[in-house]
Amino acid sequence: MIHRSDELRVVTVDGRAVLDTDGAPQGARLVDDFTPTLVDEGHHHLCPGCGEPIAMRSVLETLEEIDVVSRSIGVFGIGCYTAFSNNLDCEVAQALHGRAPSVATGIKRAKPDTVVFTIQGDGDMVNEGLQEVIHAAARGERITCVMLNNGVFGETGGHITATTVLGQRTKNTLDGRDGREHGYPIRLSNLLVDLEGVAFVGRCAVNNAGNVARTRKMLQRAFEVQVADVGFSFVEILTMCPTGWFIDTLEAPAYLDERLAATHTLGVLKDVAAG
Amino acid sequence: MSGPTLTRGHVVIDVEACKGCDLCIDACPPGVLTMTTHAVNRRGYRYPVLAPGCTGCKACSQICPDFVFQVYKLAEPVEVSVDGEGAP
Repeated sequence: MIHRSDELRVVTVDGRAVLDTDGAPQGARLVDDFTPTLVDEGHHHLCPGCGEPIAMRSVLETLEEIDVVSRSIGVFGIGCYTAFSNNLDCEVAQALHGRAPSVATGIKRAKPDTVVFTIQGDGDMVNEGLQEVIHAAARGERITCVMLNNGVFGETGGHITATTVLGQRTKNTLDGRDGREHGYPIRLSNLLVDLEGVAFVGRCAVNNAGNVARTRKMLQRAFEVQVADVGFSFVEILTMCPTGWFIDTLEAPAYLDERLAATHTLGVLKDVAAG
Repeated sequence: MSGPTLTRGHVVIDVEACKGCDLCIDACPPGVLTMTTHAVNRRGYRYPVLAPGCTGCKACSQICPDFVFQVYKLAEPVEVSVDGEGAP
């Protein structure tokens, strides 16, 4: 049955008649709140159009969906996303730069019933601590490592990382990354696939609603693999950094598709349990 | 917009939390979110406004980096029009 609304008020903004969005109509059912339940304070200092809070929301809501919050422990690396490490309503340990997989290993081995995950950026994981994640993966540690990859050391000024794609502008590659001068990007997910201890590897993005939904599915699969004690699981999430990419926030989703995802291709790279 | 539009959902927008990144505009499947052109919040950012036709799909809240949206499903679908003073 379709009613005419007497609940949705109309207001004028910029000379246009639009719906009043200050409050909810009576009887309406809340389906998504402002701030994820596990984030204590939603306001943060990250730049406009940053993909990292979107990825954080995906991780936290996936933990809730699969009902493991009470036994989950996150280990944070160092980066812009570290703004969330003391702002979450779940257990968090703060690691030194690049060392989160080793800290996570210790926690998981001491408390095997926990669900342990790391949150790291590409600078933290691939530049500062590449050996940490590779060895944890090779050992088949039952942890889930999540890498937020934007190809930029955002927090420390926006310089090149090991995953920066060819042609990408950063603070110290203003004419774009050149393979001969700056070397070639490391595709970490692809490296990890060959290691026997690795049970799941997926690369996804948060640049549009469809990709956010796919990110949630990959995270769910990665955590399930850990809970099932199958092996190491890894999810790489491509995130927008319009500030570090020197572009407008509006252009960032397409830039991610055309530049980053052209090198770091999206999809499930390995899922042992799925065959 | 002319004539009533079937509306199944609604969003509450925390205008002051918005940083004007525009990600919600492209993410909105029915295309009922648009950015202001002149109006800005206290920090000087433009912010989204809502036209009739929301489905309550959560695409805006899931893509928003600043947790600006609260999404509701209406108890019943309604025909909404913003034409004329005091509509609907």
